[in-house]
Amino acid sequence: MLLQVDGLRKTFGRRVAVDGIGFVLDVGEIVGFLGPNGAGKTTTMRMIAGYLEPDEGVAKIFNIDVTRERRRAQERIGYLPEGAPLYGEMTPWSFLRFVAETRGMTREAARHAVRRAAQDARLGDSIDRPIETLSKGYRRRVGFAAALLHDPMLLILDEPTDGLDPNQRHAVRDLIKKLGEERGLIISTHSLEEVEAVCTRAIVIDQGRIVADKTPQALIDEHGTLERAFTALTRGEERA
Amino acid sequence: MKKRPGLSSMLAIYRRELLSYVTTPTAYVFVAVFLFSIGLFTFQIRPSFFDARAADLSGFFGYHPWIFMVFLPAIAMRMWAEETRSGALELLLTLPAPTWSLVLGKYLAAWTVAAAALLMTIPLWITVNVLGSPDNAAIFTAYLASLLMAGAYIAIGSVMSALTPAQIVAFVLAVLVSFLVTVLGLPLVLDFFSGVVGGAVAETIARFSILHHFDAAQRGVVEFRSVFYFASLIALCLGFTVLAVDARRGG
Repeated sequence: MLLQVDGLRKTFGRRVAVDGIGFVLDVGEIVGFLGPNGAGKTTTMRMIAGYLEPDEGVAKIFNIDVTRERRRAQERIGYLPEGAPLYGEMTPWSFLRFVAETRGMTREAARHAVRRAAQDARLGDSIDRPIETLSKGYRRRVGFAAALLHDPMLLILDEPTDGLDPNQRHAVRDLIKKLGEERGLIISTHSLEEVEAVCTRAIVIDQGRIVADKTPQALIDEHGTLERAFTALTRGEERA
Repeated sequence: MKKRPGLSSMLAIYRRELLSYVTTPTAYVFVAVFLFSIGLFTFQIRPSFFDARAADLSGFFGYHPWIFMVFLPAIAMRMWAEETRSGALELLLTLPAPTWSLVLGKYLAAWTVAAAALLMTIPLWITVNVLGSPDNAAIFTAYLASLLMAGAYIAIGSVMSALTPAQIVAFVLAVLVSFLVTVLGLPLVLDFFSGVVGGAVAETIARFSILHHFDAAQRGVVEFRSVFYFASLIALCLGFTVLAVDARRGG
């Protein structure tokens, strides 16, 4: 089993952001996290990626506990944070070298890894241009390449297509599908169309809890469309 | 495929930070304003360098704590505050790097900028050698002490930067703490403490002052306890920075 999440809980002050989330993920699965804003998707992803520590519960990657053996677990995870924060003054090449070397790779290994990841993320000629001059789509690709550098088995992508134009979105979806063939992927998205197009499973989260964990087709069969499923299953901030 | 992860991460962070200092105006502005200020204080404030009529740099080194306590927090304020504001902290903390390596890498880069600023005052050292015969060993010692003291101010700035996402708040807090740690050794402050807590306690408090430890060193006297003091202050502040950065994981 690639990832095992059990009883994750996280509170910020009095607010319960994640309330006992649990699921398992195997290689070859692309799981889409669906839910309204503030449902707990990003917090769950951050806990799995080792950025936040859960108040309760565990996340294990190949049986390695993310909280207890954080660095060992993080060696096996590729993470694309929401908005893909990057250092604008760097070029994708120098940024990716920096990430690879911070991951502990030697200069030679880093050079190879950057070349491969840049190719996988189709960075093309943009590799030598300052990141701050790149389009949003290319910046997202740089973030992708950073997540792929160490060839991780688990990829966690927080809103990977948010703010992209339809062509860029299409390219990113193709990339996700390709990556998902040999890895496990978790993506969070507000796009129901995206879930239908790339995900093998949809986990619907509402108010910190999983309210459905099924294939997109099973949700469509049950509710008619994914949009109806989303509306029926979630309350969100607007309707709470 | 891998070398020692902590060391490799530290060097990668160090190089990135240094690159960010030299590709943005921050370091250049700092070095220029530092050189202008130190020149102004040394040559214009009486008794000035020429009034002393002696081939030494004691006047020059005497201003360092006061200039450092304002300029070095300005260099250190972005260290963590900017990472938090831009969201890059999330990227850094999801890499399998020990937190100490991130803290140390950033710290050493800022210290390197301070060292570069100090190096640029070397012409002054050359000038006193042209004008007379100074005690070069004492001047060299004073430079080393000044570098160590700069490290302490940057370490204080590092903690403050890790405590808040607002650079300006980090700057104000760092100047305030640096000022307090510096002036503990001034006679005025010492007299105040003597009146409140007694002479012996006031003397003890004064031993924790940066001025107290820099005074002897700027005259060329190397005291182990002063080196130990600065090294401990740096280690303590960097330790607190690691704790403050790690505390972010708790949300």
